[in-house]
Amino acid sequence: MKISINGLHKAFESRIRLGIMSALAVNDMLDFNSLKEYLDLTDGNLASHIKALEKEEFIGVEKSFVGKKPNTKYFMTKDGRKAFNDHLEALEKFIKSGRPI
Amino acid sequence: MKDEKDYIQDITEIRSMMERSSKFLALSGWEGILAGIYALSGAFVAYKFFNFNPDKILYTIESGDATAGLTNVIILAIVVLILALGSAVLFSNKNAGKRGEKLWNPTTRRLLANMSVPLVAGGLLILVLISKGLIGLVAPCTLIFYGFALYNASMLTYKAVKILGFVEIGLGLISAYFVEYGLLIWALGFGVVHIIYGIYMYYKYER
Repeated sequence: MKISINGLHKAFESRIRLGIMSALAVNDMLDFNSLKEYLDLTDGNLASHIKALEKEEFIGVEKSFVGKKPNTKYFMTKDGRKAFNDHLEALEKFIKSGRPI
Repeated sequence: MKDEKDYIQDITEIRSMMERSSKFLALSGWEGILAGIYALSGAFVAYKFFNFNPDKILYTIESGDATAGLTNVIILAIVVLILALGSAVLFSNKNAGKRGEKLWNPTTRRLLANMSVPLVAGGLLILVLISKGLIGLVAPCTLIFYGFALYNASMLTYKAVKILGFVEIGLGLISAYFVEYGLLIWALGFGVVHIIYGIYMYYKYER
């Protein structure tokens, strides 16, 4: 059974990226370490997925300092929210119809 | 290419991540039930053995050495608090494990930070009250500030916690007016109300 990815964004094929977007959908901002804890990933693995989402401009970065330590926070952009919502809608349609999209 | 099963799994993961990253759901009804039992026992010991029953705002224990009596009551209160917190951590940890999560995560830290502001402020106020001899207001203040902490925490957990918060604040205000019933209302708020809440949570989420 072959299915097209109409409405289902390619960037969200990875479950890790879906996880990052889900966490950012319900939190204004999350720092790198919080995401790492929620997803239970290594630094390198998380960083590569974040970079991919950043490249799509689905998430934004805010850099600041806590004392002398750099603190990087991520948030969902408007485009990201739209893409994520579209993806959810496509998933919902798919499940409801019980047929490939 | 993914098939239907994969997409259903995707949705499950999305749901779980949204929940995990925004809500603390590891609360167990047993925490409420045990906290209630400790509180009732504590209030009973304070009343029966330490003759502690503040009936006026400016209050001193009448029989025996008043300062030693008050120290005993404070130590008793701290023991009750430690027992309640210990049970809460134990049961939440067990519950988080059952859900396949870790107890100590960013959501838990946010919950504790939310609760700590009213609790620390209330704790400091209670120290001031004790130092000025306003013992009759201590029990009402514990209820009121504990209620604030629950209300603050409720945004990150089950809705029932919000109602629990309102009940504690209400009982605190009533006991501030009827100081002579302070210990009784304290036992009602921290004891009976906790047990009812715990049983409700147990039947709703754990059975």
